[in-house]
Amino acid sequence: MIGIDVVIAEISGLKRQDLERWISNAWVRPDKSAGGYAFREIDVARARLILEMRDEMQISEDALPVVLLLLDQLYDLRRQMRDLNNAFLQVVPRDVRQDLAAHLATHTR
Amino acid sequence: MADPYTTLGVPRDASQDAIRDAYRKLAKQHHPDLNPGNAKAEETFKAVSAANSILSDPEKRGKFDRGEIDDSGQEQAPRESYREHAEGGPGRRYSRAGPQSGGWSDADFGDIFNSVFGERRQTDDDRPSHGRDEHYVLSTTFLDAVNGATRRLTLPDGRTLEVTIPPGTLEGQILRLRGLGGPGRNGAPAGDALIEVHVAEHRLFHRDGQDIRLALPVTLSEAVLGGHVEVPTPGGPVSMRVPPRADSGTELRLRGRGVPAHDGLAAGDLYAKLNVVLGAPDEALEEFLRNWKPKNPIDPRRTMREQP
Repeated sequence: MIGIDVVIAEISGLKRQDLERWISNAWVRPDKSAGGYAFREIDVARARLILEMRDEMQISEDALPVVLLLLDQLYDLRRQMRDLNNAFLQVVPRDVRQDLAAHLATHTR
Repeated sequence: MADPYTTLGVPRDASQDAIRDAYRKLAKQHHPDLNPGNAKAEETFKAVSAANSILSDPEKRGKFDRGEIDDSGQEQAPRESYREHAEGGPGRRYSRAGPQSGGWSDADFGDIFNSVFGERRQTDDDRPSHGRDEHYVLSTTFLDAVNGATRRLTLPDGRTLEVTIPPGTLEGQILRLRGLGGPGRNGAPAGDALIEVHVAEHRLFHRDGQDIRLALPVTLSEAVLGGHVEVPTPGGPVSMRVPPRADSGTELRLRGRGVPAHDGLAAGDLYAKLNVVLGAPDEALEEFLRNWKPKNPIDPRRTMREQP
């Protein structure tokens, strides 16, 4: 588990008050432990991405919730597609998969 | 690698502002976390970042212009990417369906097979459709979460929900109120209301699974001579006997006074850790200690010097 001081030290340009505001906006959602916040790697990467979007891409904090909402939906879908893909590989026989691929190739253009 | 001016699409005499704007524009378009699974975007972004790291720094840009560094001389630290976390299991933490969701429900299958795989195309609007699950957040006190409580939640549309917080509710736990989400259409059942509970910390109590821990201040004479003291517990104060010759740091257990039994878990215990408080200066005590010759002198810091 990673504490808030480590996150601030690790992400250059990140101010504590910014990170705290993002946490209270629920843009970043570390666990709460007795000693304060406990970040996982995904939380650190997300904080870094938010900082890049705000500072390098100049997406204002007013607009960020929309971007995060769409991003979270995108990753939800990608996780589902990945699960579905894995399930197909395990459950569906090879010849059926090939038929399906051929069908998709000819019917989705 | 291409010339950094070409990569960013700026003329060689571009101002630093023009370079920054060009970089920002390209970064927005090609950032790999915004284009997961698109290897081309990732390559482009790497090239754009490398070009920007030369041209955004007037000193490096000057060296490049004079031919002192070449366009491939830039070391790029490997990027810590959000997408690698977000696409795997850890990404559920930021799922729209809430962190506890398994990622799949019957409704998802219905959606995928109806729309993506075209198994059953139904375009008419009169088919039954399951109501949507709706998500809410409810903050509660530590004691309400431990003991259970009933709370009224007012929804944005003016409806109110009577929410029963069951005893032993944990931070982040999601309560599902069946049928209280979005209405179903054409005879299909309504969705569920999913309520994420946030539990505030308590001034005295700390939860440790089913057990509760607290620091209990005692006087010197209570610690040495023992006695009955009142201890706060989540269920109200109870009287506890402190045995004679207790010490600071001693943990006393009140069986069954922790989190009440719930969901097949037995009631937890309350652990009170004694904390001797000397209080205001007392001349008699000081006088006594000055003349006191302990029968069994101790060195309380002995264990600190022993190397394991």
